[in-house]
Amino acid sequence: MNAPVNPASDAWTTPLDQLDPSHPARFQDHSMWPYFERLRREAPVHHSTTSPLFGPYWSVTKYKDIMAVEVNHRQFSSDSGHGGISIRDRPKDLRLPMFIAMDPPRHDEQRKVVQPIVAPGNLAKLEGIIRERAGRILDGLPRGETFNWVEHVSIELTVQMLATLFDFPFEDRRKLSFWSDCATAVPEAGGFIDSEEKREQVFAECLAYFTELWNQRVNAEPRPDLISMLAHGEATRTMSPREYLGNLILLIVGGNDTTRNSISGGVLFLNQTPGEYAKLRANPGLIESMVPEIIRYQTPLAHMRRTAVEDVELGGQRIRAGDKVVMWYISGNRDPEAIEEPERFIIDRKRPRQHLSFGFGIHRCVGNRLAELQLKILWEEILRRFERVEVVGEPKRVFSSFIHGITDLPVRIPA
Amino acid sequence: MPQVTYIEHDGTEHRIALEEGLSVMRGAVDNGVPGIDADCGGECACATCHVYVDEAWLAKTGAPGEQEASMLSFAATAQPNSRLSCQITMTPALDGLVVRLPEAQH
Ligand code: HEM
Repeated sequence: MNAPVNPASDAWTTPLDQLDPSHPARFQDHSMWPYFERLRREAPVHHSTTSPLFGPYWSVTKYKDIMAVEVNHRQFSSDSGHGGISIRDRPKDLRLPMFIAMDPPRHDEQRKVVQPIVAPGNLAKLEGIIRERAGRILDGLPRGETFNWVEHVSIELTVQMLATLFDFPFEDRRKLSFWSDCATAVPEAGGFIDSEEKREQVFAECLAYFTELWNQRVNAEPRPDLISMLAHGEATRTMSPREYLGNLILLIVGGNDTTRNSISGGVLFLNQTPGEYAKLRANPGLIESMVPEIIRYQTPLAHMRRTAVEDVELGGQRIRAGDKVVMWYISGNRDPEAIEEPERFIIDRKRPRQHLSFGFGIHRCVGNRLAELQLKILWEEILRRFERVEVVGEPKRVFSSFIHGITDLPVRIPA
Repeated sequence: MPQVTYIEHDGTEHRIALEEGLSVMRGAVDNGVPGIDADCGGECACATCHVYVDEAWLAKTGAPGEQEASMLSFAATAQPNSRLSCQITMTPALDGLVVRLPEAQH
């Protein structure tokens, strides 16, 4: 059952102190935009106390304030002990330890173990594999028929990529997207994961599967795949099973949903702006600057959360030790003081990488260049094959204020 | 104005005159030197303006600060003479500075 959103609540007339931009339903029907516009104008650092799902929290909605929080990891903690990185507080015993939800020094030690997966040499090796697979997926698509782009392309390509990063049995790869979806599912959405117990069951299966892979890799020579890196890494080889699980979920979700939704978003945005699609067809060189623009415009993770560990002043507001602070990337990416004409999708911006979608500071996305690489190759291969990919129906979106995503995008490739 | 020489990974050199007070990152970005991405625009928050400072200049550019050192520690291509060029400010003493660019920024 969906938790109720007050239908009478209006972004511009609700008293500021009752404004709550966080409800997942608003992200599903895309009615959240005016809430953020109002907050950026009237209360850029805003305290909300009326959320039925998430309790009291601060919203940071302007680009420069978000950056200030990002680089201040000393006062704004990511640690799961304080509540972690998402607006939802999970029960303490269900929180998974993972380095995205740790502070230094443990965060730094563990991050360094997996960082080589995106070293320039490794990316160069992955490039050929991605291109070949993208080509094969695109060649298998139907012509003159309506199909769901998310299912056939976005999910398939990202899952194949993940399987490669883990050196995971290829035929079982859809398990990865299943685990990813279970990890991010919002119980109130009424899907397969309708309780934390159900989620824990799935996690147990995931851990059992990966423990077998760990055992194989730990007894073999180190190799450049993520499991081997974790099994041999100084800072990770003695992790508890639960910490292994946590870091796996981080890598699965990190590399999956986000890239998937950027792949879907790109097709949608080009269809919404035919002029930009025409520009792209005339000059495929614009893929380079279009890719970061897609990632900005989609903002696949709508927010990251921090917890203040001491009293701190931000944007003229006094945040108290223990307060939950939500950095709304999706709002900062539409802040006209930081980005020119932010409401528009423009594929040839001068500084397209100036966006918040990957975060900044010590937790900045490990996979940011890898995600860009996947999108770049995919679009090169699309342009080589298809005159157009036409969106022929309304997109359906995810019920979540964390994952900003698309579940269905009906498209047709003219025969 | 003091000058900086940027040497791309493939050996291409760029000599750029830089106003005092500007960062070495700015000099590259404003003059279109390829290989410095500077995603965060100079906040020491992304490590995509990574350079190797020529050994002869290390004493003059000084050591990375704490935030800079953590950001650099995550770069797979980091070496002992690595710096983030947004954190090196031009002064007359740095006239002639030579920096080399890594294979890629990430
Ligand atoms: C468009 C695609 C992607 C987006 C939008 C994205 C976004 C993000 C964001 C917002 C963060 C947290 C930043 C912060 O807390 O300040 C993050 C962290 C992370 N991402 Fe991504 N990501 C993407 C793709 C990937 C891929 C492909 C991988 C897989 C290798 C990945 C792995 C990670 C990891 C491991 C972290 C944790 C970093 C840390 O805490 O130090 N991401 N990502």
